[in-house]
Amino acid sequence: MKLTLKVWRQKNNADKGGFVSYPLDGISTDMSFLEMLDVLNEELTEKGEDPVHFDHDCREGICGMCSLYINGKPHGPQQTTTCQLHMRSFKDGDTITIEPWRAAAFPVVKDLVVDRASFDRIIQAGGYVSVNTGGVPDANEIPIPKTIADEAFDAATCIGCGACVAACKNASAMLFTSAKISQLAMLPQGQVERKERAEKMIAQMDAEGFGACTNTGACSAECPKGISLTNIARMNREYFSAVLSSENV
Amino acid sequence: MSWVTKTLSSTLGRKLIMALTGLFLILFLTGHVSGNLLLFKGDGGQAFNIYAKFMTTNPAVKILSYLTYISVIGHVIYAILLGRKNKSARPIGYAESGASTNSTMASRNMGILGTIILIFLVVHLQSFWYQMHWGDLPFVTYDGEEYKDLFSIVTFAFQNELMVAGYVIAMIFLGFHLSHGFASAFQTLGLNHKKYTPAIATLGKLYAVIVPILFALMPLYIYFTS
Repeated sequence: MKLTLKVWRQKNNADKGGFVSYPLDGISTDMSFLEMLDVLNEELTEKGEDPVHFDHDCREGICGMCSLYINGKPHGPQQTTTCQLHMRSFKDGDTITIEPWRAAAFPVVKDLVVDRASFDRIIQAGGYVSVNTGGVPDANEIPIPKTIADEAFDAATCIGCGACVAACKNASAMLFTSAKISQLAMLPQGQVERKERAEKMIAQMDAEGFGACTNTGACSAECPKGISLTNIARMNREYFSAVLSSENV
Repeated sequence: MSWVTKTLSSTLGRKLIMALTGLFLILFLTGHVSGNLLLFKGDGGQAFNIYAKFMTTNPAVKILSYLTYISVIGHVIYAILLGRKNKSARPIGYAESGASTNSTMASRNMGILGTIILIFLVVHLQSFWYQMHWGDLPFVTYDGEEYKDLFSIVTFAFQNELMVAGYVIAMIFLGFHLSHGFASAFQTLGLNHKKYTPAIATLGKLYAVIVPILFALMPLYIYFTS
């Protein structure tokens, strides 16, 4: 395949940045998108140029490290992570525009790398349980209906990549935050800090400068893990009932 | 800050106000469209004028009307507050957007649709609501009782093609605004349930079509019959 890449290059957070076009030849349709970028970076390195910086880690679609806004969509045209996107999703001769996630709460570090520590701080604000979990419990020691366990697990499949924020017209982090609140709110271990969690995580989400939810559904449609909008409704219920009934005056 | 002000200034608190005021305005629209169906009665406006007097003098309706004013103002103010926060959440936009593949046009443009509806509302209030309250209206007498002849103002206004066209177009924007807003308000309130959410979505779509069409038929009916 022959491609033209229009890549966002930005030296550092203070730099204004801009697009640079790179022609690329000899790309196999079997390559993953990141392997295609590896080919570009090898060429750039051989020419003595600065390679394009991008985030990646497991390359198996489970770590949530890769990002990239490809041709107007987070993780590109398929509903998967960028590392699981393959070049067969593109046509020979295509021009591919690659941008970093755009959000005030995700500042650009360099090129396509953004700092997603704001997600970590939301988790630190309340996305944990502090009950002593002890050793490995016996199966079915704590009775949890299968449907509840499944729903909590579905919420827990969120890998925190930030595609929801990238896709949202308001750069809202509500899908992420709602998944992280839901996965604990539905299980017995999460009950102790349930109210405090909802209040603190949402306060932190606001403090990070993420936008509000307009319920467009773009986040869920682009989420590589298909996290459902029902989590946002659940988060709203958790929050409203928490502020009405918690002891925090 | 007390917990109340803190909650209402949080993103979710602001969304709560948007949802509650929006739902109240949907209730208002339902009442407004039902009452105004009297325009189709063809009795020279008698029923409509009696209804108009009731709506401006009944104390219970007065309370509802104040709630409606508060809802409109609240809906606008909180839309501006949220809009500004949303804008600042993404200071640098994307060069390319694939938004049309993952969300509906109406859902992405609620602010623009709302602004157009607000402009329409100002014109609409000036034309009828202001006239009814403080305007110099002719009087009619039914069964010995005097009534302001709002019907004559309405029929006069809708002799004008531009006015009729403006109303019909405004109702299209209202329809799109409602097509997203109706179900979205329930989602914001956290009222999401496997059994009821599909029904709410369907009801919302129906409402967004039926109510604006009924409203749009009023100026069209008057224009073509008088």
